Amino acid sequence: MLKSVYNWIDERLDITPMWRDVADHEVPEHVNPAHHFSAFVYCFGGLTFFITVIQILSGMFLTMYFVPDIINAYKSVDYLQHKVAFGVIVRGMHHWGASLVIVMMFLHTLRVFFTGSYKAPREMNWIVGMLIFFVMLGLGFTGYLLPWDNKAYYATKVGIQIAASVPYAGEYIAIFLQGGDIVGAQTLTRFFALHVFFLPGALLALLGAHFFMIRKQGISGPL
Amino acid sequence: MREEHNQEAQESGQLPKKSRREMSRRQFLSYTLGGTGAFMVGVPLIFNLRFAVDPLLQKKQGTDYVKVAKVEEISEVPQAFKFTVHQVDGWYESEPTMEAWISSDQEGNIFALSPVCKHLGCTVNWNGSGDYPEQYFCPCHGAHYTKDGEALAIAPAPLDQYEVKVENGWVYLGAIHANERV
Ligand code: HEM
Ligand code: FES
Repeated sequence: MLKSVYNWIDERLDITPMWRDVADHEVPEHVNPAHHFSAFVYCFGGLTFFITVIQILSGMFLTMYFVPDIINAYKSVDYLQHKVAFGVIVRGMHHWGASLVIVMMFLHTLRVFFTGSYKAPREMNWIVGMLIFFVMLGLGFTGYLLPWDNKAYYATKVGIQIAASVPYAGEYIAIFLQGGDIVGAQTLTRFFALHVFFLPGALLALLGAHFFMIRKQGISGPL
Repeated sequence: MREEHNQEAQESGQLPKKSRREMSRRQFLSYTLGGTGAFMVGVPLIFNLRFAVDPLLQKKQGTDYVKVAKVEEISEVPQAFKFTVHQVDGWYESEPTMEAWISSDQEGNIFALSPVCKHLGCTVNWNGSGDYPEQYFCPCHGAHYTKDGEALAIAPAPLDQYEVKVENGWVYLGAIHANERV
């Protein structure tokens, strides 16, 4: 059944070469943990992506219950966690994944650093990687405010104060992030928009560039 | 690319020189398509960007003075007074409770300090610790301040001050600003 559906589509659109081209590539021996166990360090990039996928999926489902409003945000998170079936798990995935994705990204960066993979011709991918790093930090920072509890509120206050200490532009950055003079209703809606639309959009674009360059340039050679 | 090379060849070669610089078909297409594209993205973006930065360009609303305490109540020993202000946060209006430590100096000038610690924003108390008598103390990381609000440890800046107005025997407090006493 599935096979005939596939064939029916393939006859019309010739999709086989497309996915072949994406999927068929050699995994060099020096990055294959089955050959040298220590090559597991080459998995960190993939693991970072795996957790990113979990973040995006669990985040999309969280928005089915979450309300970005200062009166209801906390109540909606409380509700989705304690009253909705598997709420603990879905929110737990997003909550712990947010930290784990940073850990994985850090380990991946260490691997790239110590294998010297940032060197020519892969400089641009290091830069794109750094941009991904900052977008991830942005996702963590904006997501942290959303439950609108005391921890969220004060973490954001401190974070915005740090941003406000930037010479000259600091005050404007703070007002822009807060959407006003205080951390309040308009901060929550802004952070929500950044967290679920702007930053994930930027993240996906950067990941696309990251993976495109990896396919174009291949994995860097053995040490 | 190839076309450009051809043009160079034309200029240096035996072919008769063109009298005016002609635009290649490719250049024309990339300018017109690029221009149209930039227009189609740029015009909608103008409105959206102005929308996003609106808080930066809105006029600051001045803070009204609020009646907080009777002048007789104020002494040289700082006391905490609570009062409410009207706060407008976009579509959300509220009456949050504020606190001020009000005291007078030796000349009798009344001044009011914000209790928000200048380290990371916890709340300070006068005589909050036995180790620092006659000082403001923050329980979070141990910042302490003089009666004028001068930071003696941990905090990088003195306690903020409220604008003070005395009228008909009442103390009114206004906007918060950086400390001017130290
Ligand atoms: C790699 C990307 C992401 C990271 C690092 C991240 C991080 C975070 C963090 C730290 C929180 C606070 C969690 C908590 O307090 O327990 C949070 C909350 C939230 N995030 Fe994300 N997030 C990501 C992607 C997304 C996406 C793509 C969406 C939606 C499309 C989303 C929707 C939400 C929602 C609705 C909340 C509030 C619910 C809650 O606090 O449990 N997130 N995020
Ligand atoms: S917040 Fe007051 S000492 Fe750190």
